[in-house]
Amino acid sequence: MSMRRRLFVSFGIGVVLMLGVTGLRSIARAQAPAAPVEPAATTAPPPTPVAAAPAAVPDPTGDNTGTASDVVVKDAKAPKLDEVMSTVGHSKIAINLMWTLLTGFLVMFMQAGFALVETGFCRAKNAAHTMSMNFMIYPIGMLGYWICGFAVQMGGVGGVAVLGGTPPLNSEFVVNLFGHPFGLFGMKGFFLNADVYDVGVFALFLFQMVFMDTTATIPTGAMAERWKWSSFLVYGFFISMFTYPLFANWVWGGGWLSQLGANFGLGHGHVDFAGSSVVHMVGGVAALAGAMVLGPRIGKYTKEGKPVAIPGHHIPMALLGTFILAFGWFGFNPGSTLAGGDLRIAVVATNTMLAGTGGAIAAMIYMMTRFGKPDPSMMANGMLAGLVAITAPCAFVTAPVAVLIGTVAGVLVCWSVFFVEGTLKVDDPVGAISVHGVNGAWGVLSLGLFADGVYGEGWNGVPGKVTGLFYGAPKQFLAQCIGTLTCFVFVFASMWVFFKLVDVILGNRVSVETELAGLDLPEVGALAYPEFVLSPGSSVGAFEAPKPLPAPSPAPAAATARVEAL
Amino acid sequence: MKKIEAIVRPHLLEAVKNALQEVGVVGMTVSEVKGFGRQKGHTETYRGSEYKVELVPKVKIEVALPEELAEGAVDAVLKTAKTGKFGDGKVFVSSLEDVVRIRTGEHGEQAL
Repeated sequence: MSMRRRLFVSFGIGVVLMLGVTGLRSIARAQAPAAPVEPAATTAPPPTPVAAAPAAVPDPTGDNTGTASDVVVKDAKAPKLDEVMSTVGHSKIAINLMWTLLTGFLVMFMQAGFALVETGFCRAKNAAHTMSMNFMIYPIGMLGYWICGFAVQMGGVGGVAVLGGTPPLNSEFVVNLFGHPFGLFGMKGFFLNADVYDVGVFALFLFQMVFMDTTATIPTGAMAERWKWSSFLVYGFFISMFTYPLFANWVWGGGWLSQLGANFGLGHGHVDFAGSSVVHMVGGVAALAGAMVLGPRIGKYTKEGKPVAIPGHHIPMALLGTFILAFGWFGFNPGSTLAGGDLRIAVVATNTMLAGTGGAIAAMIYMMTRFGKPDPSMMANGMLAGLVAITAPCAFVTAPVAVLIGTVAGVLVCWSVFFVEGTLKVDDPVGAISVHGVNGAWGVLSLGLFADGVYGEGWNGVPGKVTGLFYGAPKQFLAQCIGTLTCFVFVFASMWVFFKLVDVILGNRVSVETELAGLDLPEVGALAYPEFVLSPGSSVGAFEAPKPLPAPSPAPAAATARVEAL
Repeated sequence: MKKIEAIVRPHLLEAVKNALQEVGVVGMTVSEVKGFGRQKGHTETYRGSEYKVELVPKVKIEVALPEELAEGAVDAVLKTAKTGKFGDGKVFVSSLEDVVRIRTGEHGEQAL
């Protein structure tokens, strides 16, 4: 068995498929321990350890693959209970670890979704720049998270039982206020060094890292088409090392928001299953602070302050990105059980897709009713809004409620886009503030309203199941409100101060010339579409155009100029 | 010799091209262009904000042809490119001083 395992490690994709099979096998085995001796006795051919190979009988149905002979015991004729149990336990954790890694891989792919959505909603002259930000935030964020972000977030989480215990993560910085401990940040796991060299910890790192990177890539959309590359780089480290890990510690790392229940009797404390607040609202609020400090794109508002539409250059790209995100969400939410053996994943995954549907349809109907046409960019925002909103409550609500939460999100995102643009006068080219910020808040609040009290036994160390206001637990809703408010105040304040400081030291915004010409060449040194004929509406070419033509003869010169202009 | 420049709706290109060939036109140049006329484009909404589509996509067909074919060619364009709604485009007819076939150096109608 152990030799076969070593082989598995060396085969990238093979590992996934084969352990999937092992997983199924162990489920079958889990039913066995009641009569551990029987299977061995009934197996006709003697289950000698070496005998398996020479038989060479294929098993096309799989019925005979994965039998008692796969459980390694010292004496096959007299297997001991603890031998069998340790195999069962190992398989159980293996399923969970595999599930956590696989869903983490799906979430990683959401980076591609974000890149496509944001780039599609930008103009062609900024496409390489927007894409590059979305590309580089992945390694930059990861580096920052590896240095200290993970330690700050999860260093004191304690034992994550479903991943086999993660014993090394046992150091949380705590202050005592009002006679209760307030966990503020973790202190173990910097650089994933030797004292956390543990499979469970590494799996947790991978999974939490891709979540952090989702947050980090949200503001690149709201701040696109005018954000200076150097400022973006500093931002990437700041959010992955400090802002995100701190708030995530308070909710997921055993910090004070998660203990509101244990310490103050507010339900189960602030509950956020997969990150409506921790991931999306943090990203959306950071996007708001950043876009406010940056100011709107040139030409976004008329002199009277009326918003002007600046249509994205590639709607199919944006819609493809939305689909990739919706697919990635099957990792995001169901993966947040960290346990493939927690069968609630079926409910989580189904609720997730239902809410996305509610959001897309609601936004489409709203836009059609109000403007006559569905507007693909708002359909995409609507689906994402539904997915963002269901991220916190996905494990705690019924299917009709999931559709309702998504539907509300789909309308909310439309209102919010108009409000942010028309009233706040904040220019958000992709709707990131509305999709992630506003609907992140709606997500955690909706959990406090609709949690139906059938799941989440002992959540955050509080006995009982997670129950919302409409199911008789108003204090849970209060905890959700405190979490939402904390998220807004903390993230907005820290990101606002950060961006203001960067403004003084480095500058956040590109020059007017660069913005008009497009950021592609001046900021990242490559055009997205070198042979693209740019629309006359954009100011690209403003640098080149004034060059006088050689003008060989007066009449044809005018004709030539016209042809070139077209 | 005459030069005809017809600016038409892009989706009618095929019909206009075929009609021109039927009346004896043997060559043409087609380009994708953008422009506006008296309507000054139209308005659309994007994410709730109105914007003007001022420069509307069109197709420009350029044809050089002998004097006697000009009228038939213009008629052919009118028959095929007309929908009766705003934005049908325009036909410009002008006199052509000379045409040169680059391969042979021939001038005038022989070069058409």
